[in-house]
Amino acid sequence: MNDNKNDYAPLALHVPEPPYRPGDTPDFSDFEIPAAGEVPMPPVDAPLAELSYLSHDIIRVLDDKGKAQGTWVKNIDDELLDKGLRAMMRTRAFDDRMQKAQRQGKTSFYMQCTGEEAIATAQRMALLDTDMHFPTYRQQGLLFAQDWPVDKMMNQIYSNVEDDLEGLQLPVLYSFKEAGYFTVSGNLATQYIQAVGWGMASAIKGDTNIAAAWIGDGATAEGDFHAAMVFAGVYQAPVILNVVDNRWAISTYHDIAGAGTATFAQRASGYGLAALRVDGNDWLAAYAASRWAAERARRGHGATFIEWVTYRAGAHSTSDDPSKYRPKEEHEAWPLGDPIDRLKKHLIVKKLWSEERHTQAEAQYADEMRSEAEKAEANGTLHQYDRPRPSSKSVFENVYKEMPEHLRRQRQEMGV
Amino acid sequence: MFDDKTETKTMNMIEAIRDAHDVMMERDSNVVVFGEDVGYFGGVFRCTAGLQEKYGKSRAFDTPISENGIVGAAVGMAAYGLRPCVEVQFADYMFPAYDQITQEAARLRFRSKGQFTAPMTIRMPTGGGIFGGMTHSQSPEALFTHVAGLKTVIPCTPYDAKGLLISAIEDDDPVIFLEPKRLYNGPFDGHHDRPVVPWSKHPAGEVPVGYYNIPLGKAATIREGSDVTVLAYGTMRFVAEVAAEETGVDAEILDLRTLLPLDLEAIEQSVRKTGRCVIIHEATRTSGFGAELLSIVQESCFYHLEAPVMRVTGWDTPYPHAQEWEYFPGPKRVGEALKKVMEAA
Ligand SMILES: Cc1ncc(C[n+]2csc(CCOP(=O)(O)OP(=O)(O)O)c2C)c(N)n1
Ligand SMILES: [Mg+2]
Repeated sequence: MNDNKNDYAPLALHVPEPPYRPGDTPDFSDFEIPAAGEVPMPPVDAPLAELSYLSHDIIRVLDDKGKAQGTWVKNIDDELLDKGLRAMMRTRAFDDRMQKAQRQGKTSFYMQCTGEEAIATAQRMALLDTDMHFPTYRQQGLLFAQDWPVDKMMNQIYSNVEDDLEGLQLPVLYSFKEAGYFTVSGNLATQYIQAVGWGMASAIKGDTNIAAAWIGDGATAEGDFHAAMVFAGVYQAPVILNVVDNRWAISTYHDIAGAGTATFAQRASGYGLAALRVDGNDWLAAYAASRWAAERARRGHGATFIEWVTYRAGAHSTSDDPSKYRPKEEHEAWPLGDPIDRLKKHLIVKKLWSEERHTQAEAQYADEMRSEAEKAEANGTLHQYDRPRPSSKSVFENVYKEMPEHLRRQRQEMGV
Repeated sequence: MFDDKTETKTMNMIEAIRDAHDVMMERDSNVVVFGEDVGYFGGVFRCTAGLQEKYGKSRAFDTPISENGIVGAAVGMAAYGLRPCVEVQFADYMFPAYDQITQEAARLRFRSKGQFTAPMTIRMPTGGGIFGGMTHSQSPEALFTHVAGLKTVIPCTPYDAKGLLISAIEDDDPVIFLEPKRLYNGPFDGHHDRPVVPWSKHPAGEVPVGYYNIPLGKAATIREGSDVTVLAYGTMRFVAEVAAEETGVDAEILDLRTLLPLDLEAIEQSVRKTGRCVIIHEATRTSGFGAELLSIVQESCFYHLEAPVMRVTGWDTPYPHAQEWEYFPGPKRVGEALKKVMEAA
């Protein structure tokens, strides 16, 4: 402390910068990655004080050779592994097809989850059909993990006459209640606290259902995220609080949300939550961590926060051009690899899969998505005005349960 | 507007807004610019491109995704003596900041008897026409005009956007600056099936180089006429123009440009002259800004009116995706209102 103001140098604003911008050569060699198997699995009823190591290490199961290591995964079913790989591959094939469809002008907008397929597919398979997910626009993997009909998704993306939402909602902001897929809001973070409310409701009613909240690194800066953390901690709500840290929020580097001084999981510890940091490109780790968190919630030990360490391999959306703000090579340099390649390797090591079968499966899913897209396109696409379109009437429906008189008159004015 | 000697440049609305920032950052080192994706990348609509490079990271920077953080921080900076001009990525995303905008920025001056003030501008893209669905299409202007202490501006040409943004930044009160996003790249009259017209084909795409301002609170008469006064703003100004042309109704079209403070004189003068009035906006009808305009016209021009005042607005529903053109109040609906108001005795 010094009373003499002249002794202080002028302050300057600190603004975090990403390590690499276009033109730089990305190098992640100082990025600390624990070896697979290094971080042990605690019991689900372990006291919080014994869980703090989980918030700065990274839980990893698959090693570079494709072998499963450590205590998180024991006796996993071969069938489940096969299903996980196929779910990821179909997610990617679907994304490729829909990205192309948008480029061809068949819809307004699309969002891929390339590079992040392991997280949602694994978590959906670790939870029950009676649980509810509150996804962002980037958790389509939840649907592929349960073989949800692709045509339902495509018709929604094309906003055509077969779209269950009758063209009212933006592409990919699905709502599939039967699939445990809560109606996706376009407003970031709002649903994080709603998931906590869902979990609290299960506890109030004495059920054993749990909820999964989903958010990206960037959106953790919103007030609703903080509200969710506080409520989840206070009421020990049966929820999984997922943060998918794919390092980018459109053009904004994750340190602009996270400050780069603590992990997201360490922040969560401060709210009194069990907090894990998990290799999001490791399907086995994703599955095991999700199982652990689900079990913990369902046994009444409270909410678990999971920070998924991953990388957004594609553009933010079809409206975005990432080459403007990050090096093209950054994804290749990213040390956690590709989730499909890594699980594929594991299955090959276990003699459950082969390069040939993989290539075959790729072609099969590309074909599947092409023919599904053709079928969906036969129902119409967004900008086709010479074809039957979603009804205009539906604009006035479901605003309220019963249509008030002023809306009835407006509908008449529209002439429908 | 400006005389022949003024040096001008052809700009679209994005470039005009960027230029207004540039002019003001150059003139006043207290002007700081921030928001989501605003710094390095220059905004998802590119309205702040190049500013970080030119003025440095402490005057143009990226923020966390927290609209209440952006506005709350701006209030603190403004009270300190800066002049923040911040961006909310879409007007649809201002709701987390509504508390900071309406309860804090709007009342700082009043509750401290002028000890603390909030000279700040909050820019946000508004309105529909881009297939943005219910979360990229809303027009929340009435949620601002309803609040004492805020000014609300909505330009619809590059020329106006630059001059009004400069005035907004210079203003000593908080200003909400709504940018009709469908107009960023060209005027749009609601005929979505016709080729896009760029600003370079429109006289208001010629923008003076350097500093100039357009005072807040002044409407512009876009077209003089004797049959009916059309009160419009934002994208609807162009819809009004084409509707008048197509129906042959001799409409006098006022682009309000600033909703608060409102150019009462211009409205009264015109309605008294024409004796008829049609009010149009994209926003939902019930408690929309049209209701306010209608009350003003009724209160001050009642004995001059020859027909009931009509409103053409968005429907009272969320903004749909596929049904964009059934929702958007296009030239057909506006034209029908013009004809109807002329039929009345
Ligand atoms: C309240 C709100 N503010 C801003 C936006 C615009 N927006 C959509 S996605 C996005 C970036 C989100 O990044 P992140 O949370 O990291 O998720 P990711 O896209 O990487 O999965 C932004 C700013 C929005 N949809 N809602
Ligand atoms: Mg992200």
